[in-house]
Amino acid sequence: MSNRSSQMQYGKFFLIGLGVALIIAAVVSPFASSNPDGLERVAEDLGFIDRAHPEPLAQKLPFAAVFDGYALKGAPAVVATPVAGIVGALAAFGVAWVAGKLLIRKPGPSSDTRVDEYETRD
Amino acid sequence: MLFQGTFQSAITFNGSSHPLIPPVLGLHIPDGFLSLPVSLFGWVVAVVFIAISLKKVESVYGDRTVSLMGVCAAFIFAAQMINFPIPGGTSGHLLGGTLAGALLGPWAASLVMSAVFIVQAVLFQDGGITVLGPNIFVMGLIGTFGGYYLYRAIRFAIGRDRWTGAAIGLAIAAWVSVEAAAVIVAIMLAISGTVPSGVALIAMAGWHALIGIGEALITVAAVSYVWRTRPDLLFDPPRKRQDRLSRDQYT
Repeated sequence: MSNRSSQMQYGKFFLIGLGVALIIAAVVSPFASSNPDGLERVAEDLGFIDRAHPEPLAQKLPFAAVFDGYALKGAPAVVATPVAGIVGALAAFGVAWVAGKLLIRKPGPSSDTRVDEYETRD
Repeated sequence: MLFQGTFQSAITFNGSSHPLIPPVLGLHIPDGFLSLPVSLFGWVVAVVFIAISLKKVESVYGDRTVSLMGVCAAFIFAAQMINFPIPGGTSGHLLGGTLAGALLGPWAASLVMSAVFIVQAVLFQDGGITVLGPNIFVMGLIGTFGGYYLYRAIRFAIGRDRWTGAAIGLAIAAWVSVEAAAVIVAIMLAISGTVPSGVALIAMAGWHALIGIGEALITVAAVSYVWRTRPDLLFDPPRKRQDRLSRDQYT
């Protein structure tokens, strides 16, 4: 660690990364533009937006009773989107983390030669 | 002529969200836009590349990558919620495939992007579940593979250890990956018989040329933070050899 004094510690880097993600999900998300996005806009302009399935499969899942899009159902607007954002960010973290945990067995950083070049530098 | 007019009038026309469908974000394709064969094609591409990624993640990475995958997924999920307005009454948001690829390499990044789209489709009805495969292919894999290798080629051509090279590579790769994704969605919509190909191509490519600029800016900003704080965590870390390091310190 001493030879890495100029570098941020890994734990700190990890917490900052997760913190930034949660702040974006909770604090910035209500300010997102509600204009139609690229595909939605094209679908409206070119008249095929009503091709979207009226009762998509996701609406039949139990989660649809909790979230209406990125909003907690039945909650006031100020908390509905932030709650959805935090739950979603943590769920994405969880799915990716579990996938990595199940697959990766080797200790330490990636066993790539590219990393070794860097690790032996100091 | 007709095609040109479509995008031109689209810019001046101020559209409003359609009340029939829940708010969808970015390029997320809802159920019903794609025909079965086109959807199946997207699923096959997604499954093949995810299978390759699973194998590669097992053999290439060490356990420090596990927590990085989690953080990267959380960040990309959060960033995808933030629709930024673009001129003409439309909006766009980060896709993040190129960003994830630069941080984690194409294989771990592909799993991270898949995790994000699964959560969006299952929990928040964003992007159809029956077209989850096509969505992973278009919004994830084009960036994690195509975007990553383009960024890498440009960066290594300019100079692997220079931030300038990385930034140029990231910006170009991020923009190209969004534009490529938009073009492929347009082609898929056309083959599905949802919309004529020419009109769809012009409209999709036109809007996403603007949205891609946002993708490039966010990708460069996020990677520059990692480059400055923990460059060794990048999938292709800059090589800071002893001689270069000491020279840098005294100049």
